[in-house]
Amino acid sequence: MATRTPVPTSQNVGESRAHSLWRGLLRWESALVLVLIGVVIFGSSQTPNFLNPTNFFYAGLNMGEIAIMALPLTLIIMTGEMDLSVASMLGLSGALMGELFSNGWPIWLAIAAALVVGALGGALNGVLVARVGLPSIAVTIGTLALFRGIALILLAPRTITGFPASLTTIGVVPIPGTEVAYSAAIFLVMAVITGVILHATPLGRSIFAIGLQPEAAQFAGIRVNRIKFCLYVVSGLVCAFAGILLTLKNASVSYDAGTGLELNVVAIVLFGGVSIFGGRGTIIGVVLSVAIVGALQQALTQMNIQPEVQNIVLGVLLLISVVIPNSGEAIAHIRDRARRRA
Amino acid sequence: MSVVTAPAPAPTGRPVSRMESLLRARELGIALVIVIVFGLTTLNNHSFAQVASIQQLLSGAALIALLGVGETLVIVTRNVDLSVGSVVGLSAYIVGDLFKHHQGMPVLLGFVIAIAVGAAIGAINGLVTTVARVPSLVVTLAMLYIVRGVDGVLVNGTTIDPSSIPAAFTAVGYQTLFGIPWLAIIVVVVVAAAGYAMRSFRSSRDLYAIGSNPDAAALAGIPAARRVFTAFLISGALAGLAGALFLALHAQIDVSGGTGYELTVVAAVVVGGVAIFGGSGTVLGAALGALLLNTINQALVASRVSSFWNGAIAGALLLAAIAFDRWLSLRVARSLQSAEGAHRDL
Repeated sequence: MATRTPVPTSQNVGESRAHSLWRGLLRWESALVLVLIGVVIFGSSQTPNFLNPTNFFYAGLNMGEIAIMALPLTLIIMTGEMDLSVASMLGLSGALMGELFSNGWPIWLAIAAALVVGALGGALNGVLVARVGLPSIAVTIGTLALFRGIALILLAPRTITGFPASLTTIGVVPIPGTEVAYSAAIFLVMAVITGVILHATPLGRSIFAIGLQPEAAQFAGIRVNRIKFCLYVVSGLVCAFAGILLTLKNASVSYDAGTGLELNVVAIVLFGGVSIFGGRGTIIGVVLSVAIVGALQQALTQMNIQPEVQNIVLGVLLLISVVIPNSGEAIAHIRDRARRRA
Repeated sequence: MSVVTAPAPAPTGRPVSRMESLLRARELGIALVIVIVFGLTTLNNHSFAQVASIQQLLSGAALIALLGVGETLVIVTRNVDLSVGSVVGLSAYIVGDLFKHHQGMPVLLGFVIAIAVGAAIGAINGLVTTVARVPSLVVTLAMLYIVRGVDGVLVNGTTIDPSSIPAAFTAVGYQTLFGIPWLAIIVVVVVAAAGYAMRSFRSSRDLYAIGSNPDAAALAGIPAARRVFTAFLISGALAGLAGALFLALHAQIDVSGGTGYELTVVAAVVVGGVAIFGGSGTVLGAALGALLLNTINQALVASRVSSFWNGAIAGALLLAAIAFDRWLSLRVARSLQSAEGAHRDL
């Protein structure tokens, strides 16, 4: 993955030469590895048995759904678009599954229906963004309200419980013989698949190309709109799946499950080094970002530190993650201006 | 176009005025929709037109409209401020806490402190965005978490209740002048001032230039960084003011105050016709967008439609507004093209 070379465009050829040294030495992913090591050392020094396997299980359990939703979102952001409806889709899928189940549908049929609705919701985003050409931030704020609103209509103030114990066990015990939570294992498998698609297939190269220069990608014969549409469908499907996992994990669902998580998911993707303008980022970075946030949350929780402080830490990390990689360019710009004035 | 021998103002003047009239029609359109929603609801439920109901309508929209003014300044420059909800919560709590511990603190000082808190956070947003040259979406998303986290540490699980807030302060939240809620008056004054400035001041017109084409704006000698910084500063200050008004309106504050406002504000601004990628839109439109969203919410309640439908309808409406915007801008583009073509024929 380290061998990927940025697609040169007329604009950034000069820029990339100046920065290649910088980037080679100081890839964001290597910085993330150091941060992860730092967090683990910090956690171990502050709490006894931080590296105990149960901790690993809980970290996986807590991060699972967010991490899973981060994968398709990474691809979408990589194309220069955005999806803020992810957490609402998670809520809608859980609500639909709960509603159908409480009406006597077999659980597997309820799950299948939730997945279908996930794909349809994603297709709605995809049509509006890729076919109609509307700005994705605005569209997905709209579907954020719409999906959550439908979840509210479905469940209203009810909380659905009573899901089969054979399935809700994923929220209580790890995969037998290991200390890996089911959702964490699913995330890792999906991360490998996404990583291969992004970094080793023509589709992945197309996604980078779209993010760097949509018009150039179009002229190079890449079906920009079709790829964007498909990514939104996949995002809807995967978020619906995350909603099913969350519902089973909690063994209950209400309409507001996962409210506000969309910004956490976006924060994790961006902290993983994915550029908000598209065209830059790796799946490894996102996986490291998930691991850091999960480990940090576990450490701070064990130290009995208020969840609010975790917010501050997450915010500061996010800020650092954009300021540091950009500082070289910013300093060059300031110097340039100072020289011009002199 | 410049080779046309006709007097210079004619080719540029006509299309711009046509576009302006269309944009003005946009605000008129929103106002019309508000009136229609209001009228239909009143036919259904006569109490909707009662004074108390209208007052509630205005007060309810006031905070989002106020935040929408600041958000418009920022979005017009092709940036976004996601930290406003957290700023509302933090400034409201700080002012409430001061009132609790310093009884007899002047009411006006409460407002000043709230605005100062917001302006300080806005300054951080603006500085990081312009000096470090990083995307504002990421910066203000980070600030959303940081400010909410600081708020949580300060609040520490407590709640400031009405007994510790001076009556003169909460009066701003519910009292009226000639039947108009003070909240609405404050917001109308801010909207009018900002609206006038955005039309008439050169520095405010710069914001539109920066948003339409950042490179061209820089080449034209516009101090883009300074202007963007100012936009964030004002957005923060208005969010601080909104925090004080939040406290006055609800007379209590805990850690959750203002949570999730950021996306509601962006939604109202977009419904109000402000382009999410900058360069166009008005403060009045944003305020009307906030009023429209709130009118629809209240209308659903008054029509005894289950309030469970609010969210879904608001979402569908937002999508419709964005799609309508697209259609309108395509029409404007086409009319500009045909106007240009007509000139060539001449």
